[in-house]
Amino acid sequence: MNPFETLRFAVGGLAANKVRSGLTMLGVLIGVAAVILLLAVGNGSSQAVKDSIEKLGTNSLTVTSGAGFGATGGATTTKPLTVDDARALADTKTNPDVRSVAPEVTTSQTALYQGTSHTVSQVVGTYPAYFEASNSKVVKGDYFSADDVLNSRKVAVIGSTTATDLFGTADPVGKQLVLGGTPFTVVGELATKGGTGFQDPDDVVIAPLPTVQNAFTGFGSLNQILVEATSATATTPAQNEITTTLMGQHGISDPTALDFRVSSQTSLLTTQASTNQTFTVLLGAVAAISLLVGGIGITNIMLVTVTERTREIGIRKAIGAPKGVILGQFLTESTLLSLVGGGLGVAVGLIGSRFTIVGIKPVVIPESVVGALAIAVAIGLFFGSYPANRAASLRPIEALRHE
Amino acid sequence: MIPRLRLRRRGPADVPGAIVSSAENDPPPDPLAAHGLAADGGPWGPPPVIDVRSLMKTYGHGEAAVHALAGPYDPATGERRGVDLTVKRGDFVAVMGSSGSGKSTLMNIIGCLDVPTSGSYRLDGIDVGGLDEHQLSLVRNRKIGFVFQSFNLVPRTPALAQVELPLAYAGVRSADRRQRAVAALTLVGLGDRMDHRPNELSGGQQQRVAVARALVTSPAMLLADEPTGNLDSRSTAEVLGIVDRLNATGRTVVLITHEDEVARHAKRVVRLVDGQITEDVRQAPVDGPPPAMAPVPALPSSTGGDPR
Repeated sequence: MNPFETLRFAVGGLAANKVRSGLTMLGVLIGVAAVILLLAVGNGSSQAVKDSIEKLGTNSLTVTSGAGFGATGGATTTKPLTVDDARALADTKTNPDVRSVAPEVTTSQTALYQGTSHTVSQVVGTYPAYFEASNSKVVKGDYFSADDVLNSRKVAVIGSTTATDLFGTADPVGKQLVLGGTPFTVVGELATKGGTGFQDPDDVVIAPLPTVQNAFTGFGSLNQILVEATSATATTPAQNEITTTLMGQHGISDPTALDFRVSSQTSLLTTQASTNQTFTVLLGAVAAISLLVGGIGITNIMLVTVTERTREIGIRKAIGAPKGVILGQFLTESTLLSLVGGGLGVAVGLIGSRFTIVGIKPVVIPESVVGALAIAVAIGLFFGSYPANRAASLRPIEALRHE
Repeated sequence: MIPRLRLRRRGPADVPGAIVSSAENDPPPDPLAAHGLAADGGPWGPPPVIDVRSLMKTYGHGEAAVHALAGPYDPATGERRGVDLTVKRGDFVAVMGSSGSGKSTLMNIIGCLDVPTSGSYRLDGIDVGGLDEHQLSLVRNRKIGFVFQSFNLVPRTPALAQVELPLAYAGVRSADRRQRAVAALTLVGLGDRMDHRPNELSGGQQQRVAVARALVTSPAMLLADEPTGNLDSRSTAEVLGIVDRLNATGRTVVLITHEDEVARHAKRVVRLVDGQITEDVRQAPVDGPPPAMAPVPALPSSTGGDPR
């Protein structure tokens, strides 16, 4: 009995019950496809988060008012962030790792253009440094300048969603929109950032700080200060410098009772990455269970097959088939089931990962393809060995008498 | 693993289709010698094909024990002595008995499908009692050709593959295998039905495929368990005719039946009642042709033709 003949017998055995073999393979197929696809979805979503965070700029630090979430005791009074704070941070003598500082006020206003109305979720008043720190690039027109800020000019750079909603396909640069009753001249349009967050980062209007303060928020506190460090590695020293400077500004001596928070994109990234890890592991576990169920399906069907073919096994033994040949034949059958099912599962998984699933573009992990297929074949061998052993150990006289 | 055996190195004279009409075939090279299963024929010629001594088979224990094979009572002790039976090479023995007489049990033990409770069994000089499962499967493959009442063909398998199967288990090369299987099928008159599956063949044809499968390995003995039990009278005549011709060429045949009509073909009739041999009648000499072929001593020349 050479391997080719064993394979031929196995194919013949499987072909005798096409529907049954097909359904068993379907079980393995679903398991393997699920492993590949779900891991690809998990991987894809973490990739998407990573991309969108990188879009924000990895050098930037955000200073917000209020105590940290974990701060116990806390500050007795909370001083708001002011333009003076921003000015102090911009001092390169005390803060050598800070490249630029952009104070921010944020509001939400309704924009009008020739009868078209659109609620802009984010109206940001800031300095030109904001564009670089927040990784925002202009595709049409230009940024507003420091001169515009000093003179409180009513100019604005708008995001791509805002541009499309208000101006349609027309070029918005040079046109005038009315934002909460104040007319602004559009000087530039930002490149589309895209993103998976709750807020569309492209639905934004960016204008000089004093203009927005004058028109909407008043000259009080800032919402946040965006700080750009000199490099990605300088974010940690920059964070310390900011903390020290602001403690001085706010007259705080106890570093555990801060009334502001400095957060970096890196910390955000770490949090997101660990969340995604959990997500991916959960998805993988669900998929692995379905693969296991497919394996149990193989055992089940092989047991039925062995029972059904007991007489045939008896005949084969009577004409001299050794135990090893019978064992080999049934093991080959179960392995073939899992191999073909697994192969088709890989195909389905790879095809399925070309589609966007619940807003996530799956990214296939090559190891998951190899791993899932290998596990499927191992499952075929493992779960097939019990029925195959049972078949091979049948006593010929009992097998022949079996009806 | 199964060693590549000497089977395939045999000359064409051993191919069933080329059987010569000599009752004194040289004993074939023993493929089991390599497994320490050498036949110890001794200097007095070939050993008997079947040599059964004090064979007993009991099912169940204690009060519920059923003695399927027990033999006569020993007058001295009152114990059962077990069955003794010797079958010489070239003989054609019919084992007769009603159902429950122990003939199927005897057939299973002779065919190495079952093991006796006690007693010894030498098949073609080999003591079968001490063999493990793998060696038993080799013995079944090389020494015994089975023909069953219910044909017992492997389902979904064409006749040719069916007949090749025992050779495949013996490790014979594909080309040799095909040649010998074709010869065997031609011998039983099924040269034109090689690609037919069991469900496409009549009962008589299926049984002839089974006969071809049994003789393709050139076994020491053809063991037929009521081979005509499920056949009509015409197919019965065909199958018995083939068995007669095989025996005439020197093949040892043990046939189990309960029909006198079938037993008439045998050279020797052994009758079993309640697990013991009650009658042992010789109908023709061991060396001669089987009784049914006595008027025509020569092998019919149309072995390859269609006996229908």
